[in-house]
Amino acid sequence: MNPEPFSADMVIDAVSAVFMVVGALMSLAAAVGLLRFPDLLSRMHAATKPQVLGLFLLLSAVGLQMRSLWVWPVLVVAWIFQLLTVPVSAHMVGRAGYRTKHLHRERLSSDELEAVVQHAARKRGSTDEEQRGG
Amino acid sequence: MMQLVLTVTAVVLSLAAAGVIIRIARGPSLLDRVLAADVLLGILGAALCIDMAVNRHLNNLMLLVAVSIIGFIGSVTVARFVADRREQPRES
Repeated sequence: MNPEPFSADMVIDAVSAVFMVVGALMSLAAAVGLLRFPDLLSRMHAATKPQVLGLFLLLSAVGLQMRSLWVWPVLVVAWIFQLLTVPVSAHMVGRAGYRTKHLHRERLSSDELEAVVQHAARKRGSTDEEQRGG
Repeated sequence: MMQLVLTVTAVVLSLAAAGVIIRIARGPSLLDRVLAADVLLGILGAALCIDMAVNRHLNNLMLLVAVSIIGFIGSVTVARFVADRREQPRES
């Protein structure tokens, strides 16, 4: 039925179809990770997949389907904006989760923040002692 | 082929949204719910992208950026407030 089975149009369609399916599977992977992982920090690890790689794949699919070059800068700007905001919100959520003890401490392989927290607590305790003594 | 892709991605994204909503309902702490709501916004953005790619238009692009701004502001705000509130440790 098709005289030229491997035209460029069809190849682009196939690539963008693969991008869309894989990008949707990233969301499914995040949902499975959110349901099955035990604590907040590991759930944060799963939640990042559709936000960065999934969005990249889906925006690439949009760019490929539009078949025009002027769309790509807009899509790149949208993706870079996501890249700038995702680490900030992840930092805030992780910091709040650490402070309110929403983590299984025995699952951490290293905790670089603990020494800093204990040092700050000791410093605050000693200054309290000095104020009480004086 | 595009119709097949649309069906497959619709099923996959619906399953993902169902799982995320289960986590929002069940989530032991507020931060789990915030994280799951952020992922739900990401799934909404994915659905908008797939609509644009399959139907070949760019109407949803501003909405996509607005959705990511809302997710960013929401999770930062809630994380900022939850840091000050709770004192006693609780296992999640």
